[in-house]
Amino acid sequence: MGIVQNFPFFSIMLCMVSGVVTSVLKPRAALMTTLFTIGSVLALSAGTLGMTLGLDEPYTFMMGHFPAPWGNEIRIGSLEALMATGLSAVLFVSLLAGHARLPSLVTLQKLNLYFIMMDLVMAATLVMIYTNDLFTAYVFIEIMTIASCALIIVRQHGHTLVAATRYMVMNLLASGLVLLGISMLYGITGHLLMEPLNQSVREIYESGTYREVLTVVIALITISLGIKSAMFPFHAWAPDAYSFAPALSSSVLSGIISKAYLFLLIKFLWRVIGIDIIQSQQIGSFLFYCGIGGMLVASVIAISQRDIRRMIAYSSVAQVGYVYIGIGMGTLAGLTAALFQMLAHSAAKSLLFISTGELTRVSGDHKRFHYLHGAGHRDVLAGIVFTFSAMSMVGIPFTGGFISKLQIALASMPFGGSIRALVLISLAISTLLNAVYFLHTVVSIYRKAPDIEYPRNERIPRHAAVALVISMLMTLYLGVGSGPIIRIIEAGIKMFA
Amino acid sequence: MLQMLYENLEQTVAVILFGIGFGILLLQRNLIRKIIGLNIMDTAVYLFLASMGYIHGRKAPIVVDGVTDTARYINPIPAGLVLTGIVVSVSFTAIMLALTIRLYRRYRTLDIDQIALLAKAEGD
Repeated sequence: MGIVQNFPFFSIMLCMVSGVVTSVLKPRAALMTTLFTIGSVLALSAGTLGMTLGLDEPYTFMMGHFPAPWGNEIRIGSLEALMATGLSAVLFVSLLAGHARLPSLVTLQKLNLYFIMMDLVMAATLVMIYTNDLFTAYVFIEIMTIASCALIIVRQHGHTLVAATRYMVMNLLASGLVLLGISMLYGITGHLLMEPLNQSVREIYESGTYREVLTVVIALITISLGIKSAMFPFHAWAPDAYSFAPALSSSVLSGIISKAYLFLLIKFLWRVIGIDIIQSQQIGSFLFYCGIGGMLVASVIAISQRDIRRMIAYSSVAQVGYVYIGIGMGTLAGLTAALFQMLAHSAAKSLLFISTGELTRVSGDHKRFHYLHGAGHRDVLAGIVFTFSAMSMVGIPFTGGFISKLQIALASMPFGGSIRALVLISLAISTLLNAVYFLHTVVSIYRKAPDIEYPRNERIPRHAAVALVISMLMTLYLGVGSGPIIRIIEAGIKMFA
Repeated sequence: MLQMLYENLEQTVAVILFGIGFGILLLQRNLIRKIIGLNIMDTAVYLFLASMGYIHGRKAPIVVDGVTDTARYINPIPAGLVLTGIVVSVSFTAIMLALTIRLYRRYRTLDIDQIALLAKAEGD
């Protein structure tokens, strides 16, 4: 314990302070500050993870001078520390790999503002992972929404503005729902901290007085976090936002931001309400069928896309579907699979977006498949990275995606015949569909280039190349050395709920 | 049922207002109307919170004349939540208005469907 137990608090404050400081810095200094901040968060989170692995119980950290049930708290267990470490590692590597292309999209005077948003995304992610207070979570959901909207509109283009407006409208609807849900929950329980909330939710559920209100609250908050994390059928904002934002922003939106919302949803379902109550209200099966629907429908739509970024956007919706299947099962194995899929998808998808950014850049900023022919030869590293992360998306052995599909299949085993058959069949169909569209893309980037004069571009900077290789190794590690990660997740879940 | 709705009049009104705001934000095509819908929706939640926090006959929790008996005051937390919510909704309104200004300068219309068509016509 000792000083290490302050690390989560330090990392949150560091991001907030760095966000403020960055606003007055020159672009290069701002970049360095942000890289330093997120790197430090990574180190601090890894330290926290190491410390929590030796603990049997999670600990709470009092923020301010008021003890529970009044004050604000953060709560740290090994699951929270693992998520913080994983997501900050992905954000650090994406920023390192993707920042070199920003000056061509953002005016130089405003570049430091982009890095403020990165700091805020990191801060909000950490708060959503660690907080023990539902209203604090709400405030940081809003901070995350504003930061992610800013990450999209940084590119001055008509499409981007429209996509950002759509994104904001959907997210504002979701924010309204979550605020109303939290207000109602506060009205019937009188608490905002998660442990007392859980106690009074149980009392209410057993006495049966406000059971309908409780159902409404669960539905409001679940749907709103579903909208924000691009759950099928609430994913309407995702394709535009993911495909018109800069590559780095898309990788952060899909790799970090949607994962933070998902983790908050898991906290809400398991820690605030309790999974047995969720299952008895049929919310679990709702999420389960949304997951199955997303995985199949989004994959089919992805095949019909002629634009590489939109295809990857739909693939994100399909991959989030896997997480919802795991959550919807409501079992420990299902949750383990969902959490592992969150980490694996976060690592692979950010890589996929950044390498796609490079591939389209060497093809004259065209995103249609026709123009991308031969892009894998024009930029060898981006081609390799793309192929590798596409393999993880499809679920080829030795990649993270394979293990998460395996975990989901294993988690479905204890269920009865029809659920198990449904999961296995849809997994098989979805893998096949994934293979179809990713194979098609990989083939098309290695085909002979058409007779178009492509602009000459400078190569990927060396540090970005190193970052891409590191994140490839991360995905490889999730595929080869998944044992320890899964054990940490399992131990973390025991401390978690 | 009606009796219950009448007893919780403020909450009922708040939820109806929330629905109105939600509908406007979701269905109106005009961006300014969408922003107005957003504000109605948020204000409805503040009404909901404030009405829950108020107990008839009690005072705002500011200690005057040395009265410290908690039964004389209302719970300050809902008011705190409303204040936080107002800050959040102001910043959302600001960012939506900024987006609207940019879109209007570019396309000279506030209709989001028309804007989407014009943006599509612009190409990649």
